[in-house]
Amino acid sequence: MNNILEVKNVVKQYGDYTALNEVSLTVPKGSIYGLLGPNGAGKTSLIRIINQITMPDSGEVILDGEPLKPEHVAFIGYMPEERGLYKTMKVGEQCLYLAQLKGLSKQEAKTQLDYWFDRLEIQGWWNKKMQELSKGMAQKVQFVVTVLHKPKLLILDEPFSGFDPVNANLIKDEIIELNKQGTSVIFSTHRMESVEEMCDYIALIHKSNKLIEGKLTDVKKQFRTNSYEVGILSNNIEGLMYDLSQKFTLSQTDFKSLNDELKLEINLGTATPNELLNTLIQRGQVTHFVEKIPSVNDIFIKTVTE
Amino acid sequence: MSKLLLIIKREFIAKVRNKSFIVMTFLSPLLFVGIGVFVGYLSQMKADLKTIAIHDETGRFVNDFKSDDEYKYLNLSNVGLKVLKDSIISESYEGLLIIPKSTDNTSLQKNIQYVSNDSPGVMFVEDIEDVIAKRITDENYQKQGLDTLKINQSKADVSIKLNKASGETALKGLNEIKIGIGGAFGYLIMMFIVIYGNMVMRSVIEEKTSRIIEVIISSVKPFQLMMGKIIGTSLAGILQFMIWALLGMTAMFIMSSIFGVQMGATSSAQTQEAMQMAQKGMGSDIQMYIKELWNLPIATILISFIFYFIGGYFLYSSFYASIGAAVDNETDSQQFLLPIIMPLILGVYIGFFTVINDPHGTVATVFSMIPLTSPIVMMMRIPFGVPWWQIAISMTLLFGTFLGVVWFASKIYRVGILMYGKKPTWKELYKWLKY
Repeated sequence: MNNILEVKNVVKQYGDYTALNEVSLTVPKGSIYGLLGPNGAGKTSLIRIINQITMPDSGEVILDGEPLKPEHVAFIGYMPEERGLYKTMKVGEQCLYLAQLKGLSKQEAKTQLDYWFDRLEIQGWWNKKMQELSKGMAQKVQFVVTVLHKPKLLILDEPFSGFDPVNANLIKDEIIELNKQGTSVIFSTHRMESVEEMCDYIALIHKSNKLIEGKLTDVKKQFRTNSYEVGILSNNIEGLMYDLSQKFTLSQTDFKSLNDELKLEINLGTATPNELLNTLIQRGQVTHFVEKIPSVNDIFIKTVTE
Repeated sequence: MSKLLLIIKREFIAKVRNKSFIVMTFLSPLLFVGIGVFVGYLSQMKADLKTIAIHDETGRFVNDFKSDDEYKYLNLSNVGLKVLKDSIISESYEGLLIIPKSTDNTSLQKNIQYVSNDSPGVMFVEDIEDVIAKRITDENYQKQGLDTLKINQSKADVSIKLNKASGETALKGLNEIKIGIGGAFGYLIMMFIVIYGNMVMRSVIEEKTSRIIEVIISSVKPFQLMMGKIIGTSLAGILQFMIWALLGMTAMFIMSSIFGVQMGATSSAQTQEAMQMAQKGMGSDIQMYIKELWNLPIATILISFIFYFIGGYFLYSSFYASIGAAVDNETDSQQFLLPIIMPLILGVYIGFFTVINDPHGTVATVFSMIPLTSPIVMMMRIPFGVPWWQIAISMTLLFGTFLGVVWFASKIYRVGILMYGKKPTWKELYKWLKY
């Protein structure tokens, strides 16, 4: 089995409202998978089904080759968007309790806790009550609680909301480290920068339907427009513009550069990059020539507003 | 350790460690004793001596009024009425009794007046009326030529002995004792439901507001969490009751040993004699009461108490848990709590007003079957002797309903704990049942 998770034709309705409409997903083992979608798209509904918090009306979920069953909660580490911990309970006791609920023995839980408290440098917090911790500190504890039982699959719903940049980076590094060790990660977010940076795979859910799914690079290829960003130093700008407009669609653009050049975005249509280069070289000095790759943000907005 | 046990343990420890639990456990018995002592002290206090002026123009009644600790009667028949009335207004006397000059008793008894600033107590007025009526009755007897001495000797005092068909002797006042015992158990159940049901609700709300709920139910079933909470909280409550019972018994033991010593120390011939007298007169009665108490179905009472206690508490705390899940904060819960408190209060009222008059009447029987009131009403009926099949039906209904309610409550709970922000309506709760 090369997929940690397969969601097959899952339907979930709340009264008359359809939260998920025949949604299917495939999450490859070892990947960091971005689950994207605007608010209310159905991401949280889907995640709750994977966590067995709610049951799908129809369809099935396969975790690591087996249909979902109660014991699977131990394989999943879930950090919900709406998260928190008992305010009046001590940090250590609380972590022990939650780890035991995930099926760890008390001894195992202690060993794991020592490891993580050491790693995140929060050893001194064992006897502190949650309400004495700052929000950032609480978030660290929350992360420990999520990963304590060595889950095969981490599901993080808006993981960086509420983190300050320093802690967000710290947690990001921990997630990447866990992923290197073989943990698969599902990210649900609408923060596109982190998706761009971390995810290998993405899926986009909009209005209860899955619209896009695949490897990030494949999705980007699918959305490429065959446009190039071009920078050129030329003495005869008018002639250049004339030549170009005969063959391609042009628009002004901007990018960072040290030269005082003409900056254009050129859509090739059916032509090849070499044809464009030939035209450019005849008219001046090419300083910048880059394919315009659609950002996840572009793809998201394009798909959602269509 | 199974997940349910883990949850029960956490809930129990969380409750027991709570400062308010510790304070409640050790402070409320003190408070209870304190109030008892205070009430006792108040009843020991002597009321202010009230002076009553009597203006008796006939001179026949005034000597019948005997002053005591509470009332002092003054014969002011020689003082003018006008002066007396003024002195009432200036509050020199509490009240003024005016008996007009008359030889005709029939008209006299309608023309006696009592003047005061504050309205007099009912008992006081009755006492005065009795004194005057007795004098007039005696005079009437004499006028009719009857011998008052012989009449007094002819008076009979009847006290009916109550017997049960089974041949045992019954005692007067036993019903009060029975309702007292049943009422105490019933009331205990009600208090426990209200206090600990509320705790369950608060604990559910706490998990919602601290947003830990979704973390937990990704590990355990909402049903497990709800049951763990209900059981753990009830164990904390039972512990509290056990501590109270222990404290109570220790206090009783200490008290009785202290008083035992005192009695020995102050025993003089006189008190011993008085005690012997009392024992002769009342001994047989007390023995009968004690015998009668032992004849109460004690085993049935205790076993039923445990059953109704558990059944009633579980039934109601399922409601409390689902209400906690449906709302975001305690203020919002009021609307849903009212329908829950109502049957509890109804149960207590029916217990104290209906059961005491007619323990096996239709109303009492029906309400001792309805699960929402049965833990309280049936507990009050049991000391009067309830057929076993009635108890069996009532318990079956209670536990059957409990299962139904848990099913329904867990549905609302499951949906409610993940709903934030909006106070749901009854209609929405109904919709949740179908999710």
